[in-house]
Amino acid sequence: MTPRALLHDVGPVALAAAAFVLGWKLLVVVAGYPTFVLPAPEVVAQRLVTAWVDGTMEPHAAATALEVAIGFSVGSTLALGAGYLLARSPLAGRLLSPYLVAAQATPILALAPLLALWFGTGLLSKVIICALIVFFPVAVSAMVAVRSVDRQLIEMASAFGATRRQVVAGVEIPGALPVVFGGIRVGATLAVVGAIIAEWAGGEHGLGVLINLARGSLFDTPLLFATLFTIAGLGVGFYLLIVLVERRLVGARG
Amino acid sequence: MVDVSYAYRRGTARRIALSGVSLEVATGEFVAVIGANGTGKSTLLRLIAGLLTPDQGSVSVQGEPVIGPGPRASLVFQEPRLLPWRTTLDNVAFPLELAGWRSEARRARAEELLRLVGLRDADHLRPHELSGGMRQRASIARALILEPAVLLLDEPFSALDALTRERFNLHLRALWRKTGASVVLVTHSIPEAVLLADRVVVLTGHPGRVAAVADVDRGTGSGSGTSAAGSDSAAAAIRDALRSDASLPTAAEDGW
Repeated sequence: MTPRALLHDVGPVALAAAAFVLGWKLLVVVAGYPTFVLPAPEVVAQRLVTAWVDGTMEPHAAATALEVAIGFSVGSTLALGAGYLLARSPLAGRLLSPYLVAAQATPILALAPLLALWFGTGLLSKVIICALIVFFPVAVSAMVAVRSVDRQLIEMASAFGATRRQVVAGVEIPGALPVVFGGIRVGATLAVVGAIIAEWAGGEHGLGVLINLARGSLFDTPLLFATLFTIAGLGVGFYLLIVLVERRLVGARG
Repeated sequence: MVDVSYAYRRGTARRIALSGVSLEVATGEFVAVIGANGTGKSTLLRLIAGLLTPDQGSVSVQGEPVIGPGPRASLVFQEPRLLPWRTTLDNVAFPLELAGWRSEARRARAEELLRLVGLRDADHLRPHELSGGMRQRASIARALILEPAVLLLDEPFSALDALTRERFNLHLRALWRKTGASVVLVTHSIPEAVLLADRVVVLTGHPGRVAAVADVDRGTGSGSGTSAAGSDSAAAAIRDALRSDASLPTAAEDGW
Protein backbone atom coordinates (compact mmCIF):
# COMPACT_ATOMS: atom_id res chain seq x y z
CA MET A 1 0.00 0.00 0.00
CA THR A 2 1.40 3.40 -0.91
CA PRO A 3 1.60 6.09 1.81
CA ARG A 4 -1.01 8.03 -0.08
CA ALA A 5 -3.45 5.12 -0.20
CA LEU A 6 -2.78 4.45 3.48
CA LEU A 7 -3.61 8.06 4.26
CA HIS A 8 -6.77 7.74 2.20
CA ASP A 9 -7.86 4.59 4.08
CA VAL A 10 -6.75 5.36 7.62
CA GLY A 11 -6.95 9.15 7.57
CA PRO A 12 -10.71 9.52 8.05
CA VAL A 13 -10.76 6.79 10.72
CA ALA A 14 -8.00 8.53 12.70
CA LEU A 15 -9.74 11.86 12.31
CA ALA A 16 -13.04 10.49 13.61
CA ALA A 17 -11.27 8.86 16.56
CA ALA A 18 -9.50 12.11 17.41
CA ALA A 19 -12.77 14.03 17.29
CA PHE A 20 -14.43 11.42 19.51
CA VAL A 21 -11.68 11.56 22.16
CA LEU A 22 -11.62 15.35 22.06
CA GLY A 23 -15.39 15.60 22.52
CA TRP A 24 -15.20 13.12 25.38
CA LYS A 25 -12.46 15.08 27.14
CA LEU A 26 -14.38 18.31 26.62
CA LEU A 27 -17.50 16.78 28.16
CA VAL A 28 -15.55 15.66 31.23
CA VAL A 29 -13.87 19.04 31.66
CA VAL A 30 -16.90 21.24 30.98
CA ALA A 31 -19.51 19.21 32.85
CA GLY A 32 -17.05 18.18 35.53
CA TYR A 33 -18.25 14.57 35.92
CA PRO A 34 -16.53 12.61 38.67
CA THR A 35 -14.35 9.69 37.58
CA PHE A 36 -16.81 7.05 38.81
CA VAL A 37 -19.43 8.39 36.41
CA LEU A 38 -17.38 9.37 33.37
CA PRO A 39 -13.60 9.02 33.59
CA ALA A 40 -11.45 11.15 31.30
CA PRO A 41 -10.06 9.47 28.20
CA GLU A 42 -6.48 9.47 29.45
CA VAL A 43 -7.57 7.79 32.71
CA VAL A 44 -9.30 5.05 30.72
CA ALA A 45 -6.31 4.67 28.41
CA GLN A 46 -4.02 4.27 31.40
CA ARG A 47 -6.34 1.74 33.04
CA LEU A 48 -6.55 -0.19 29.75
CA VAL A 49 -2.77 -0.46 29.59
CA THR A 50 -2.32 -1.49 33.22
CA ALA A 51 -5.16 -4.02 32.99
CA TRP A 52 -3.40 -5.69 30.07
CA VAL A 53 0.06 -5.43 31.66
CA ASP A 54 -0.90 -6.77 35.10
CA GLY A 55 -2.85 -9.65 33.57
CA THR A 56 -6.36 -8.58 34.63
CA MET A 57 -7.75 -8.32 31.12
CA GLU A 58 -5.99 -11.07 29.21
CA PRO A 59 -7.68 -14.24 30.59
CA HIS A 60 -11.12 -12.64 30.27
CA ALA A 61 -10.47 -11.44 26.73
CA ALA A 62 -9.13 -14.87 25.74
CA ALA A 63 -12.21 -16.58 27.21
CA THR A 64 -14.58 -14.31 25.30
CA ALA A 65 -12.61 -14.64 22.07
CA LEU A 66 -12.79 -18.44 22.33
CA GLU A 67 -16.55 -18.37 22.94
CA VAL A 68 -17.05 -16.05 19.98
CA ALA A 69 -14.88 -18.17 17.67
CA ILE A 70 -16.54 -21.49 18.53
CA GLY A 71 -20.06 -20.08 18.84
CA PHE A 72 -19.82 -18.24 15.53
CA SER A 73 -18.37 -21.26 13.70
CA VAL A 74 -21.03 -23.64 15.01
CA GLY A 75 -23.88 -21.19 14.52
CA SER A 76 -22.96 -20.10 11.02
CA THR A 77 -22.19 -23.64 9.82
CA LEU A 78 -25.60 -24.88 10.96
CA ALA A 79 -27.23 -21.75 9.55
CA LEU A 80 -25.67 -22.20 6.11
CA GLY A 81 -27.04 -25.74 5.93
CA ALA A 82 -30.45 -24.63 7.16
CA GLY A 83 -30.50 -21.69 4.76
CA TYR A 84 -29.82 -24.01 1.82
CA LEU A 85 -32.58 -26.35 2.95
CA LEU A 86 -35.00 -23.44 3.37
CA ALA A 87 -34.21 -22.21 -0.12
CA ARG A 88 -34.49 -25.54 -1.90
CA SER A 89 -37.21 -27.36 -0.02
CA PRO A 90 -40.60 -25.62 0.14
CA LEU A 91 -41.67 -28.16 2.80
CA ALA A 92 -38.71 -27.29 5.02
CA GLY A 93 -39.52 -23.63 4.51
CA ARG A 94 -43.10 -24.08 5.65
CA LEU A 95 -42.11 -26.30 8.60
CA LEU A 96 -39.19 -24.29 9.92
CA SER A 97 -39.88 -20.65 9.09
CA PRO A 98 -42.40 -19.94 11.91
CA TYR A 99 -40.08 -21.45 14.54
CA LEU A 100 -37.10 -19.65 13.16
CA VAL A 101 -38.87 -16.30 13.35
CA ALA A 102 -40.35 -17.04 16.79
CA ALA A 103 -36.93 -18.01 18.12
CA GLN A 104 -35.48 -14.81 16.73
CA ALA A 105 -38.31 -12.70 18.18
CA THR A 106 -37.69 -14.10 21.67
CA PRO A 107 -34.93 -11.92 23.14
CA ILE A 108 -31.75 -13.88 23.65
CA LEU A 109 -31.34 -11.89 26.87
CA ALA A 110 -34.45 -13.65 28.23
CA LEU A 111 -33.32 -17.08 27.06
CA ALA A 112 -29.77 -16.83 28.38
CA PRO A 113 -30.53 -17.55 32.08
CA LEU A 114 -32.56 -20.60 31.08
CA LEU A 115 -29.77 -21.94 28.86
CA ALA A 116 -27.25 -21.32 31.63
CA LEU A 117 -29.51 -23.30 33.98
CA TRP A 118 -29.69 -26.22 31.56
CA PHE A 119 -26.17 -26.32 30.22
CA GLY A 120 -24.19 -24.92 33.16
CA THR A 121 -22.07 -21.81 33.35
CA GLY A 122 -19.15 -23.30 31.40
CA LEU A 123 -18.16 -22.94 27.75
CA LEU A 124 -21.09 -25.00 26.43
CA SER A 125 -23.88 -22.60 27.37
CA LYS A 126 -21.88 -19.68 25.96
CA VAL A 127 -21.30 -21.44 22.67
CA ILE A 128 -24.99 -22.28 22.42
CA ILE A 129 -26.10 -18.70 23.09
CA CYS A 130 -23.51 -17.35 20.66
CA ALA A 131 -24.57 -19.84 17.99
CA LEU A 132 -28.24 -19.01 18.50
CA ILE A 133 -27.75 -15.30 17.98
CA VAL A 134 -25.59 -15.89 14.88
CA PHE A 135 -27.98 -18.40 13.37
CA PHE A 136 -30.83 -16.19 12.18
CA PRO A 137 -29.05 -13.55 10.06
CA VAL A 138 -26.79 -16.16 8.47
CA ALA A 139 -29.63 -18.60 7.75
CA VAL A 140 -31.84 -15.91 6.23
CA SER A 141 -29.05 -14.51 4.06
CA ALA A 142 -28.09 -18.02 2.92
CA MET A 143 -31.70 -18.73 1.99
CA VAL A 144 -32.03 -15.50 0.03
CA ALA A 145 -28.61 -16.05 -1.56
CA VAL A 146 -29.33 -19.57 -2.77
CA ARG A 147 -32.73 -18.51 -4.09
CA SER A 148 -31.12 -15.66 -5.99
CA VAL A 149 -28.62 -17.88 -7.82
CA ASP A 150 -29.28 -17.56 -11.55
CA ARG A 151 -31.56 -20.44 -12.63
CA GLN A 152 -30.13 -20.21 -16.13
CA LEU A 153 -26.66 -21.05 -14.84
CA ILE A 154 -28.04 -24.09 -13.02
CA GLU A 155 -29.77 -25.24 -16.20
CA MET A 156 -26.53 -24.68 -18.11
CA ALA A 157 -24.61 -26.88 -15.67
CA SER A 158 -27.28 -29.59 -15.90
CA ALA A 159 -27.12 -29.44 -19.67
CA PHE A 160 -23.41 -30.28 -19.45
CA GLY A 161 -24.20 -33.27 -17.27
CA ALA A 162 -23.49 -31.81 -13.83
CA THR A 163 -24.61 -34.00 -10.95
CA ARG A 164 -26.61 -32.50 -8.07
CA ARG A 165 -23.43 -32.28 -6.03
CA GLN A 166 -21.55 -30.58 -8.89
CA VAL A 167 -24.33 -28.03 -9.28
CA VAL A 168 -24.11 -27.23 -5.57
CA ALA A 169 -20.32 -26.96 -5.49
CA GLY A 170 -19.79 -25.41 -8.91
CA VAL A 171 -22.72 -23.03 -9.29
CA GLU A 172 -24.89 -22.60 -6.21
CA ILE A 173 -22.21 -22.07 -3.57
CA PRO A 174 -19.98 -19.68 -5.54
CA GLY A 175 -23.07 -17.91 -6.86
CA ALA A 176 -24.50 -17.45 -3.37
CA LEU A 177 -21.29 -16.31 -1.63
CA PRO A 178 -21.56 -12.52 -2.12
CA VAL A 179 -25.02 -12.38 -0.55
CA VAL A 180 -24.18 -14.93 2.15
CA PHE A 181 -21.33 -12.76 3.34
CA GLY A 182 -23.76 -9.94 4.06
CA GLY A 183 -25.40 -12.14 6.68
CA ILE A 184 -22.09 -13.49 7.95
CA ARG A 185 -20.88 -9.94 8.64
CA VAL A 186 -23.97 -9.24 10.73
CA GLY A 187 -23.52 -12.59 12.47
CA ALA A 188 -19.88 -11.84 13.29
CA THR A 189 -20.76 -8.70 15.23
CA LEU A 190 -23.72 -10.38 16.94
CA ALA A 191 -21.47 -13.25 18.04
CA VAL A 192 -19.63 -10.86 20.38
CA VAL A 193 -22.95 -9.58 21.75
CA GLY A 194 -24.05 -13.18 22.34
CA ALA A 195 -20.87 -14.02 24.23
CA ILE A 196 -21.22 -11.02 26.57
CA ILE A 197 -24.89 -11.80 27.27
CA ALA A 198 -24.00 -15.43 27.97
CA GLU A 199 -21.30 -14.35 30.41
CA TRP A 200 -23.76 -12.12 32.23
CA ALA A 201 -26.09 -15.07 32.64
CA GLY A 202 -23.41 -16.88 34.61
CA GLY A 203 -19.76 -17.71 34.51
CA GLU A 204 -16.35 -16.96 35.98
CA HIS A 205 -14.45 -15.77 32.93
CA GLY A 206 -15.01 -13.39 30.06
CA LEU A 207 -15.23 -9.69 29.38
CA GLY A 208 -18.93 -9.69 30.33
CA VAL A 209 -17.97 -11.01 33.75
CA LEU A 210 -15.26 -8.37 34.05
CA ILE A 211 -17.81 -5.64 33.31
CA ASN A 212 -19.95 -6.89 36.19
CA LEU A 213 -16.90 -7.07 38.45
CA ALA A 214 -15.74 -3.56 37.57
CA ARG A 215 -19.16 -2.09 38.09
CA GLY A 216 -20.07 -4.03 41.22
CA SER A 217 -17.49 -5.38 43.62
CA LEU A 218 -14.47 -3.44 42.34
CA PHE A 219 -16.34 -0.17 41.71
CA ASP A 220 -13.67 0.64 39.13
CA THR A 221 -15.36 2.71 36.40
CA PRO A 222 -12.15 3.26 34.38
CA LEU A 223 -11.78 -0.56 34.23
CA LEU A 224 -15.40 -0.79 33.08
CA PHE A 225 -14.59 1.58 30.22
CA ALA A 226 -11.34 -0.22 29.45
CA THR A 227 -13.31 -3.48 29.20
CA LEU A 228 -15.85 -1.85 26.89
CA PHE A 229 -13.06 -0.77 24.58
CA THR A 230 -11.60 -4.25 24.64
CA ILE A 231 -14.98 -5.72 23.69
CA ALA A 232 -15.36 -3.20 20.88
CA GLY A 233 -11.82 -4.01 19.70
CA LEU A 234 -12.58 -7.71 19.72
CA GLY A 235 -15.72 -7.10 17.68
CA VAL A 236 -13.98 -4.91 15.13
CA GLY A 237 -11.07 -7.34 14.85
CA PHE A 238 -13.39 -10.27 14.25
CA TYR A 239 -15.39 -8.30 11.69
CA LEU A 240 -12.24 -7.31 9.80
CA LEU A 241 -11.14 -10.94 9.77
CA ILE A 242 -14.44 -11.88 8.12
CA VAL A 243 -14.07 -9.06 5.57
CA LEU A 244 -10.57 -10.36 4.77
CA VAL A 245 -11.89 -13.89 4.20
CA GLU A 246 -14.68 -12.43 2.06
CA ARG A 247 -12.20 -10.56 -0.11
CA ARG A 248 -10.22 -13.75 -0.64
CA LEU A 249 -13.27 -15.81 -1.56
CA VAL A 250 -15.43 -13.37 -3.48
CA GLY A 251 -12.51 -11.32 -4.76
CA ALA A 252 -12.64 -9.71 -8.17
CA ARG A 253 -16.05 -10.08 -9.74
CA GLY A 254 -18.02 -7.91 -12.05
CA MET B 1 -36.65 -37.83 -32.81
CA VAL B 2 -39.89 -39.64 -33.47
CA ASP B 3 -43.43 -38.48 -32.78
CA VAL B 4 -42.46 -36.42 -29.75
CA SER B 5 -44.92 -34.60 -27.54
CA TYR B 6 -44.18 -32.58 -24.47
CA ALA B 7 -46.28 -30.60 -22.00
CA TYR B 8 -45.07 -28.26 -19.31
CA ARG B 9 -46.81 -28.76 -16.01
CA ARG B 10 -47.32 -26.29 -13.29
CA GLY B 11 -49.42 -27.68 -10.50
CA THR B 12 -52.34 -29.31 -12.26
CA ALA B 13 -52.18 -27.03 -15.30
CA ARG B 14 -50.65 -28.42 -18.47
CA ARG B 15 -49.43 -26.42 -21.38
CA ILE B 16 -48.66 -28.57 -24.35
CA ALA B 17 -45.59 -27.22 -26.08
CA LEU B 18 -45.01 -29.80 -28.76
CA SER B 19 -47.32 -32.33 -30.28
CA GLY B 20 -46.29 -35.24 -32.47
CA VAL B 21 -43.10 -33.74 -33.83
CA SER B 22 -40.74 -35.97 -35.77
CA LEU B 23 -37.38 -34.81 -36.99
CA GLU B 24 -34.34 -36.59 -38.29
CA VAL B 25 -30.98 -34.92 -38.63
CA ALA B 26 -28.28 -36.69 -40.62
CA THR B 27 -24.70 -36.80 -39.39
CA GLY B 28 -23.01 -33.54 -40.24
CA GLU B 29 -26.21 -31.91 -41.41
CA PHE B 30 -27.14 -28.31 -40.59
CA VAL B 31 -30.84 -27.98 -39.81
CA ALA B 32 -32.61 -24.77 -38.86
CA VAL B 33 -35.85 -24.75 -36.91
CA ILE B 34 -37.99 -21.69 -37.44
CA GLY B 35 -41.27 -20.62 -35.95
CA ALA B 36 -43.07 -17.93 -34.00
CA ASN B 37 -42.83 -17.59 -30.23
CA GLY B 38 -44.55 -20.38 -28.36
CA THR B 39 -44.25 -23.01 -31.07
CA GLY B 40 -41.94 -25.08 -28.89
CA LYS B 41 -38.62 -24.42 -30.60
CA SER B 42 -36.66 -24.18 -27.36
CA THR B 43 -38.52 -27.17 -25.96
CA LEU B 44 -37.42 -29.14 -28.98
CA LEU B 45 -33.75 -28.37 -28.27
CA ARG B 46 -34.11 -29.19 -24.58
CA LEU B 47 -35.61 -32.54 -25.47
CA ILE B 48 -32.68 -33.36 -27.75
CA ALA B 49 -30.25 -32.14 -25.07
CA GLY B 50 -31.85 -34.45 -22.53
CA LEU B 51 -32.84 -31.61 -20.21
CA LEU B 52 -36.48 -32.57 -20.71
CA THR B 53 -37.93 -36.05 -21.17
CA PRO B 54 -40.70 -36.45 -23.76
CA ASP B 55 -44.18 -37.39 -22.51
CA GLN B 56 -44.64 -39.40 -25.66
CA GLY B 57 -42.34 -40.56 -28.42
CA SER B 58 -38.60 -40.90 -28.22
CA VAL B 59 -35.43 -38.98 -28.88
CA SER B 60 -32.20 -40.62 -29.91
CA VAL B 61 -28.76 -39.40 -30.89
CA GLN B 62 -26.46 -41.65 -32.90
CA GLY B 63 -29.02 -44.44 -32.61
CA GLU B 64 -29.05 -44.44 -28.82
CA PRO B 65 -31.99 -43.09 -26.84
CA VAL B 66 -31.41 -39.87 -24.91
CA ILE B 67 -32.15 -40.47 -21.23
CA GLY B 68 -30.54 -37.35 -19.78
CA PRO B 69 -27.97 -34.67 -20.51
CA GLY B 70 -24.82 -36.12 -21.98
CA PRO B 71 -21.77 -35.24 -24.02
CA ARG B 72 -23.37 -36.34 -27.32
CA ALA B 73 -25.53 -33.24 -27.61
CA SER B 74 -24.62 -29.85 -26.22
CA LEU B 75 -26.58 -26.69 -26.04
CA VAL B 76 -25.69 -23.07 -26.75
CA PHE B 77 -28.26 -20.89 -25.04
CA GLN B 78 -29.76 -17.61 -26.12
CA GLU B 79 -27.69 -15.97 -23.37
CA PRO B 80 -24.01 -16.83 -22.93
CA ARG B 81 -24.62 -18.22 -19.42
CA LEU B 82 -21.00 -17.99 -18.34
CA LEU B 83 -20.12 -18.32 -14.67
CA PRO B 84 -19.28 -14.73 -13.67
CA TRP B 85 -16.57 -15.72 -11.16
CA ARG B 86 -14.60 -17.78 -13.67
CA THR B 87 -12.14 -16.72 -16.34
CA THR B 88 -12.93 -17.40 -19.98
CA LEU B 89 -10.58 -20.39 -19.95
CA ASP B 90 -12.21 -21.92 -16.88
CA ASN B 91 -15.67 -21.25 -18.28
CA VAL B 92 -14.83 -23.03 -21.51
CA ALA B 93 -13.28 -25.90 -19.55
CA PHE B 94 -16.31 -26.24 -17.26
CA PRO B 95 -17.80 -29.31 -19.05
CA LEU B 96 -14.39 -31.03 -18.85
CA GLU B 97 -14.28 -30.34 -15.14
CA LEU B 98 -17.72 -31.88 -14.71
CA ALA B 99 -16.53 -34.89 -16.69
CA GLY B 100 -13.56 -35.29 -14.36
CA TRP B 101 -10.68 -34.33 -16.66
CA ARG B 102 -7.31 -33.59 -15.11
CA SER B 103 -6.34 -29.95 -14.89
CA GLU B 104 -3.46 -29.95 -17.44
CA ALA B 105 -5.53 -31.82 -20.01
CA ARG B 106 -8.39 -29.44 -19.37
CA ARG B 107 -6.20 -26.44 -19.94
CA ALA B 108 -4.72 -27.75 -23.18
CA ARG B 109 -8.10 -28.66 -24.63
CA ALA B 110 -9.71 -25.37 -23.58
CA GLU B 111 -6.88 -23.38 -25.16
CA GLU B 112 -7.42 -25.28 -28.39
CA LEU B 113 -11.10 -24.33 -28.39
CA LEU B 114 -10.35 -20.71 -27.51
CA ARG B 115 -8.06 -20.54 -30.54
CA LEU B 116 -10.82 -22.01 -32.70
CA VAL B 117 -13.23 -19.21 -31.74
CA GLY B 118 -10.55 -16.51 -31.67
CA LEU B 119 -10.51 -15.88 -27.93
CA ARG B 120 -6.99 -17.07 -27.18
CA ASP B 121 -5.99 -13.63 -25.87
CA ALA B 122 -9.03 -13.32 -23.63
CA ASP B 123 -8.45 -16.55 -21.69
CA HIS B 124 -7.73 -14.80 -18.38
CA LEU B 125 -10.60 -12.29 -18.53
CA ARG B 126 -13.87 -12.64 -16.68
CA PRO B 127 -17.25 -12.49 -18.44
CA HIS B 128 -17.94 -8.88 -17.43
CA GLU B 129 -14.74 -7.84 -19.19
CA LEU B 130 -15.83 -9.39 -22.50
CA SER B 131 -18.10 -7.94 -25.19
CA GLY B 132 -21.43 -9.60 -25.91
CA GLY B 133 -20.03 -11.27 -29.00
CA MET B 134 -16.97 -12.59 -27.16
CA ARG B 135 -19.16 -14.04 -24.44
CA GLN B 136 -21.28 -15.89 -26.95
CA ARG B 137 -18.15 -17.21 -28.69
CA ALA B 138 -16.93 -18.51 -25.34
CA SER B 139 -20.28 -20.19 -24.87
CA ILE B 140 -19.96 -21.87 -28.28
CA ALA B 141 -16.42 -23.02 -27.43
CA ARG B 142 -17.76 -24.47 -24.19
CA ALA B 143 -20.45 -26.37 -26.09
CA LEU B 144 -17.91 -27.79 -28.56
CA ILE B 145 -15.30 -28.83 -26.02
CA LEU B 146 -16.58 -32.38 -25.52
CA GLU B 147 -16.88 -32.91 -29.29
CA PRO B 148 -20.65 -33.39 -29.34
CA ALA B 149 -22.30 -35.26 -32.20
CA VAL B 150 -25.02 -32.62 -32.23
CA LEU B 151 -24.61 -28.94 -31.51
CA LEU B 152 -27.88 -27.31 -30.45
CA LEU B 153 -28.13 -23.55 -30.89
CA ASP B 154 -31.02 -21.66 -29.31
CA GLU B 155 -31.09 -18.28 -31.09
CA PRO B 156 -27.45 -17.85 -30.11
CA PHE B 157 -26.92 -14.46 -31.72
CA SER B 158 -30.26 -12.82 -31.02
CA ALA B 159 -28.73 -10.45 -28.45
CA LEU B 160 -26.07 -9.20 -30.87
CA ASP B 161 -26.35 -6.27 -33.23
CA ALA B 162 -27.24 -6.99 -36.85
CA LEU B 163 -23.75 -6.52 -38.29
CA THR B 164 -22.03 -8.67 -35.68
CA ARG B 165 -24.73 -11.22 -36.13
CA GLU B 166 -24.12 -11.42 -39.87
CA ARG B 167 -20.40 -11.93 -39.29
CA PHE B 168 -20.99 -14.55 -36.63
CA ASN B 169 -23.31 -16.51 -38.88
CA LEU B 170 -20.56 -16.86 -41.45
CA HIS B 171 -18.10 -17.91 -38.75
CA LEU B 172 -20.63 -20.39 -37.46
CA ARG B 173 -20.93 -22.07 -40.82
CA ALA B 174 -17.14 -22.29 -41.11
CA LEU B 175 -16.92 -23.69 -37.60
CA TRP B 176 -19.55 -26.28 -38.45
CA ARG B 177 -17.48 -27.45 -41.44
CA LYS B 178 -14.39 -27.75 -39.25
CA THR B 179 -16.00 -29.75 -36.47
CA GLY B 180 -18.24 -31.98 -38.59
CA ALA B 181 -20.96 -31.99 -35.95
CA SER B 182 -24.63 -31.97 -36.81
CA VAL B 183 -26.21 -28.66 -35.99
CA VAL B 184 -29.76 -27.81 -35.01
CA LEU B 185 -30.25 -24.05 -35.01
CA VAL B 186 -33.37 -22.41 -33.64
CA THR B 187 -34.02 -18.98 -35.11
CA HIS B 188 -36.68 -16.37 -35.78
CA SER B 189 -35.06 -15.20 -38.96
CA ILE B 190 -35.86 -16.65 -42.37
CA PRO B 191 -32.75 -15.18 -44.07
CA GLU B 192 -30.57 -16.58 -41.31
CA ALA B 193 -32.14 -20.01 -41.59
CA VAL B 194 -31.75 -20.08 -45.35
CA LEU B 195 -28.22 -18.72 -45.22
CA LEU B 196 -26.95 -21.31 -42.80
CA ALA B 197 -28.99 -24.47 -43.05
CA ASP B 198 -29.25 -27.37 -45.46
CA ARG B 199 -32.79 -27.92 -44.37
CA VAL B 200 -35.31 -25.68 -42.63
CA VAL B 201 -38.05 -27.07 -40.43
CA VAL B 202 -41.04 -24.80 -39.88
CA LEU B 203 -42.95 -25.17 -36.62
CA THR B 204 -46.39 -23.58 -36.28
CA GLY B 205 -49.28 -23.47 -33.87
CA HIS B 206 -49.85 -24.07 -30.17
CA PRO B 207 -48.80 -26.75 -29.47
CA GLY B 208 -46.09 -26.73 -32.09
CA ARG B 209 -46.21 -29.09 -35.05
CA VAL B 210 -44.04 -29.43 -38.10
CA ALA B 211 -45.80 -27.39 -40.79
CA ALA B 212 -43.21 -27.74 -43.55
CA VAL B 213 -39.69 -28.83 -44.28
CA ALA B 214 -37.81 -26.87 -46.90
CA ASP B 215 -34.58 -28.11 -48.45
CA VAL B 216 -32.17 -25.37 -49.27
CA ASP B 217 -30.57 -26.01 -52.61
CA ARG B 218 -26.89 -25.27 -52.15
CA GLY B 219 -26.10 -25.63 -55.85
CA THR B 220 -23.74 -28.32 -57.08
CA GLY B 221 -20.02 -28.58 -56.80
CA SER B 222 -19.16 -25.30 -55.14
CA GLY B 223 -20.28 -26.41 -51.67
CA SER B 224 -19.59 -23.04 -50.13
CA GLY B 225 -22.30 -20.65 -51.15
CA THR B 226 -26.00 -21.03 -51.52
CA SER B 227 -27.34 -20.59 -55.01
CA ALA B 228 -29.56 -17.55 -55.14
CA ALA B 229 -32.42 -19.40 -56.79
CA GLY B 230 -32.24 -22.23 -54.25
CA SER B 231 -32.35 -19.96 -51.25
CA ASP B 232 -35.14 -17.86 -52.71
CA SER B 233 -37.36 -20.84 -53.33
CA ALA B 234 -36.66 -22.19 -49.86
CA ALA B 235 -37.47 -18.83 -48.30
CA ALA B 236 -40.68 -18.64 -50.27
CA ALA B 237 -41.69 -22.11 -49.10
CA ILE B 238 -41.01 -21.13 -45.47
CA ARG B 239 -43.04 -17.94 -45.81
CA ASP B 240 -45.95 -19.90 -47.25
CA ALA B 241 -45.85 -22.35 -44.39
CA LEU B 242 -45.73 -19.60 -41.79
CA ARG B 243 -48.54 -17.70 -43.46
CA SER B 244 -50.83 -20.71 -43.47
CA ASP B 245 -50.47 -21.00 -39.68
CA ALA B 246 -54.11 -20.83 -38.61
CA SER B 247 -53.26 -20.13 -35.00
CA LEU B 248 -51.65 -16.82 -35.80
CA PRO B 249 -53.81 -13.74 -36.24
CA THR B 250 -53.91 -12.43 -39.78
CA ALA B 251 -52.65 -8.96 -40.59
CA ALA B 252 -56.22 -7.63 -40.55
CA GLU B 253 -56.91 -9.09 -37.12
CA ASP B 254 -53.72 -7.59 -35.82
CA GLY B 255 -55.06 -4.19 -36.86
CA TRP B 256 -52.33 -3.38 -39.35
